[in-house]
Amino acid sequence: MKVEVLYFASLREAVGVSREPLELPPQVLTAADLREHLRARGGAWADALAQARPLRVAIDQAMARPEARLRDGAEVAFFPPVTGG
Amino acid sequence: MPVRVQPHDFDLAQEINRLRAGRPNVGAVAVFVGTVRDLNAGVGVSALALEHYPGMTERALERIVGQARARWTLDDVLVVHRVGELRPADQIVLVAVTSAHRGEAFAACEFVIDWLKTQAPFWKKEMTPDGPRWVDAREADDAAAARWGEPSLPAPSAPQPDPAAGR
Repeated sequence: MKVEVLYFASLREAVGVSREPLELPPQVLTAADLREHLRARGGAWADALAQARPLRVAIDQAMARPEARLRDGAEVAFFPPVTGG
Repeated sequence: MPVRVQPHDFDLAQEINRLRAGRPNVGAVAVFVGTVRDLNAGVGVSALALEHYPGMTERALERIVGQARARWTLDDVLVVHRVGELRPADQIVLVAVTSAHRGEAFAACEFVIDWLKTQAPFWKKEMTPDGPRWVDAREADDAAAARWGEPSLPAPSAPQPDPAAGR
């Protein structure tokens, strides 16, 4: 499965990437799996995606729960809680 | 239900006039305008940078407006949100709601801004004397959104309680 992963705001700055195409190993099925997969890169990734950080995830531009399933070709975004308005 | 995301400023009178034009059934216009404060959490703010998620932002705003229209009888709803570099006293966001009577317009206007603050993908970065800093989400905003009755957000992707714990 291949997905496009996007990062925003403080998370984007911490990992130094705004978007990347990613080929996922077969065991990565959900948004939470993907977060763990990215966290395992270590370094800035391990810190920025640490479980204690209250990140949100969106799949195909809609807020999603961590257990939400990914699909091939999906756009998956991770970001901190929003602060608009 | 127009929603707009734009770097440039908006003219309040012009926006309201356009929203009301040719709508003699409208008896109430409720408006919220958010502006940039020069002080946040005790620290001076000289400028603000607003980042957003193009595409999702518009969809999230349209969804919020759709929810408002489903809950109240409204004539129209307008949301304009600015992005990019802003200065203290600048306008950031406009929510304008028209309806036959004020009760629905007031309620829907408050609902839209409360939900926008927890659901629409915008992030503020403040320029302070100590350098730039990302604004933290406020629990008070979550509480304001939650009082409208539905969970405002899916659970954060933080540790889930272990279902086996305590057995």
